[in-house]
Amino acid sequence: MALDATTLTQLLDTVRRFVRTELVPLESQVAREDRIPERIVAQMRELGLFGLTVPESYGGLGLGTEEECRVVMELGWTSPAFRSVIGTNNGIGSQGLVMDGTEAQKRRYLPGLASGELIGSFALTEPDAGSDAGSLTTAARPHNGGFLINGTKRFITNAPQANLFTVFARTDPNTTGAAGVSAFLIDADTKGIVLGKPNRKMGQQGAHVCDVVFDDCWVREDALLGGRELLNKGFATAMKTLDRGRLHISALAVGCAERLISDSLSYAMERKQFGQPIAEFQLIQAMLADSRTEAYAAQCMVLDAARRRDGGERVTTWAACCKLFASEMVGRVADRAVQIFGGAGYMEEYGIERFYRDVRLFRIYEGTSQIQQTLIARNMIRDHA
Amino acid sequence: MKVLVPVKRVVDANVKVRVKPDKTGVDLNNVKMAVNPFCEIAIEEAVRLKESGVATEVVAVSVGATNCQEQLRTCLALGADRAILVQVDDAVQPLGVAKLLKAIFDKEQPGLVLFGKQSIDGDNSQTGQMFAALAGLPQGTFASKLTVADGKASVVREVDGGLQTVELKLPAVITTDLRLNEPRYASLPNIMKAKKKPLDTVSPADLGVELKTTVETVSVEPPPERKAGIKVESVEQLVDKLRNEAKVIS
Repeated sequence: MALDATTLTQLLDTVRRFVRTELVPLESQVAREDRIPERIVAQMRELGLFGLTVPESYGGLGLGTEEECRVVMELGWTSPAFRSVIGTNNGIGSQGLVMDGTEAQKRRYLPGLASGELIGSFALTEPDAGSDAGSLTTAARPHNGGFLINGTKRFITNAPQANLFTVFARTDPNTTGAAGVSAFLIDADTKGIVLGKPNRKMGQQGAHVCDVVFDDCWVREDALLGGRELLNKGFATAMKTLDRGRLHISALAVGCAERLISDSLSYAMERKQFGQPIAEFQLIQAMLADSRTEAYAAQCMVLDAARRRDGGERVTTWAACCKLFASEMVGRVADRAVQIFGGAGYMEEYGIERFYRDVRLFRIYEGTSQIQQTLIARNMIRDHA
Repeated sequence: MKVLVPVKRVVDANVKVRVKPDKTGVDLNNVKMAVNPFCEIAIEEAVRLKESGVATEVVAVSVGATNCQEQLRTCLALGADRAILVQVDDAVQPLGVAKLLKAIFDKEQPGLVLFGKQSIDGDNSQTGQMFAALAGLPQGTFASKLTVADGKASVVREVDGGLQTVELKLPAVITTDLRLNEPRYASLPNIMKAKKKPLDTVSPADLGVELKTTVETVSVEPPPERKAGIKVESVEQLVDKLRNEAKVIS
């Protein structure tokens, strides 16, 4: 459902105010302690941030893709670790369920995901199945009227906090590729699930990632996402989920770029060298202008692709283009920001080096830049025929 | 008990305003507008009174052009039950607003009228007081604490040199100070639900009020620009300047 302009403006104003008043001042603390204060998570729940994309009938806001992207651009103004708290519930941790779940599954989980009472997490990647996700080996075999799951999932975002996993496992042992994979909805407290130690990462401290090991984990048959109809068809669910997720990440990259540009500009106008603000020097101006231009281009791409998706168009190619361009763009913007700040950019206290490390992830997760390139070109060739 | 909360649409507190070249006022073109912060505190207090069971209905009212609906929607999202816009397209002065609100008061018969103590644009701090006089109601201005029970309102006021507590018989007028509460963020679901709440529009004619301009703005000037300071050569010179020029030491 499309919101009227006044309501959308109010929604965005509220998120902007929350981000800038409550989250920005905590950035360095969260990075230092690798922990987001519970008070902030509670505020996010009260605000309704966990349910942006869950349909209204299940207690969410039911935002369209463009509206979601606009909200995420506001969230991008601060450390991406904050966005990560609500990221999986709005993205890969709930959308499989929203798109392909049975009515009973939706009723059981979506209201909790929308309110933030439950944290959802997406378990696809494995030690030997990253970019080549279709080659996963986690197995689910029929057992006692349900399924017995065995295997290891790697780098699972929000797994330490998760209550619900969307797990992809091979249900047809005679296959090795994407066919023969099914999706399961598994409560985190199910017997046979063991969590690894949270991984130590390059950036985004405060957001947690770990291994999830399934060791003879038995689930009932109704844990099969979408029911028997979608047996062996889980990979299609994963891919659909990622289409929307890629636009979400692209919007986040745009938001981070805006923050970096704003910080760079303020610094360049204040910092004096050779008797004048460095913003007066053309070599600095070139960097500012390049960052401005690229961020604007990415913003236009994301909003266009989001509108196309809302209009019912298949956006796999456009979403991949956005993810590729926006994530690489913010990498360049962050690099220029460090350069404009000079020595200060390299120092922890200015927070620029932190952003530089934080945004590096965007070029990797939910499909690396190289996977996006492959996908775009493959679709181009297919559609040309 | 019904609580009436008058709110004003003003320039957002974070905006750096510019005076119009012809000095007739502040340039409002493409400037972000918001609910006056003191009015937001009044809404928050009213909503808290409702949540604690003291109030039964919160009605927000604003006087101004159609775009004031945006601020009324914000109030609805924050928890007001319904809103009234008194549509006036030209600028209205405090006395005019007070007269319009008196007419709304007569119609609505609330037990409490909660004003912000002043608006951050005009800084007049008059409307609440004028309204109380016109309506013949007791007033507790600059409230930093409010307790309502047994048909009475107890108001702690921030006055020079301390705190004063006054007790008012309801119906009464309260104007809110900064420290009365900290307004909440409207939740996103409530922002979406707000558009389904009733928002009525009335005109001064509907209320039988005729507006007259009694104050004329002669000129609006920006604050003078701060002049660059000087560097003193020695401690002696500094002490001399502090003593004889600034006269801050003797």
